[in-house]
Amino acid sequence: MSPKKDALERVSFPLMNDPELSGPISPDPEPNIDEARLRQQAIGVKLRQMFDEIVNEPVPQDFLDILRRADDKSSRGGQV
Amino acid sequence: MVQRNNLDAASETAFKRDLVALIPHLRAFARTLCGDAAAADDLAQDAILKAWDARSSFQMGTNMKAWTFMILRNQFYSEKRRSWRQSQLDQEAAERTLVAADDPEAPVALDEMRLAMGMLPSEQREALILVGAGGFAYEEAADICGCAVGTVKSRVSRARRALHAILEQGAYDRDGSPAGEAMRSILSDAERLSGPR
Repeated sequence: MSPKKDALERVSFPLMNDPELSGPISPDPEPNIDEARLRQQAIGVKLRQMFDEIVNEPVPQDFLDILRRADDKSSRGGQV
Repeated sequence: MVQRNNLDAASETAFKRDLVALIPHLRAFARTLCGDAAAADDLAQDAILKAWDARSSFQMGTNMKAWTFMILRNQFYSEKRRSWRQSQLDQEAAERTLVAADDPEAPVALDEMRLAMGMLPSEQREALILVGAGGFAYEEAADICGCAVGTVKSRVSRARRALHAILEQGAYDRDGSPAGEAMRSILSDAERLSGPR
């Protein structure tokens, strides 16, 4: 193992365990912009999770029943 | 009024199959609009029946998801106009849903997110949901909401900022956990979810 890689590992590992520093490490002179982007991404992930949770719920039987009833009506001559 | 139905049997079957596949998405959109889960299912059922009755006016091959979302949204706002108390009830309904859906296993941050969403003005909430969770492009969301693309963009961006501020300050009224707790918990959840699977 090259001494350079070894040194990098020693430096980066403790950073990953520090919650204050666990964001993307970049030379960006405006760390607040990175931080804000990270937070917006986290909100986006949570939002999709919230939506997908409902999408993945089993569909209640009434939903299938209303379409079946509508179907019966239309096949009997279309009077709704 | 009875809509004249001129679809052939095969198109009708295909339409119905696609409509059934959209039910879970319509339920999710309805719940984010209403807050209250039971009212949301009523709304979604009304919208599904309306879509079914209007099936002959649907252009086969166009975006059926956007079309049904638009029907549901129009239904929501026409009911809302009829009930002047609705805006006052929104917040209470959101809280009742939280209590009803209270699952000790559910991550705390999800509840905080629902509450924070409930505090947004409805036009910001729907824009953010359509673009941020529903998978719609800005142009499609603009069609669904009947407004300009730029309006959707600015609503989404205002919604994101407001949500961030609400979560950061813990401005929702709930269990008295320290300010910033929700945001921290959302960040750590996001890290876990986006990590290697």
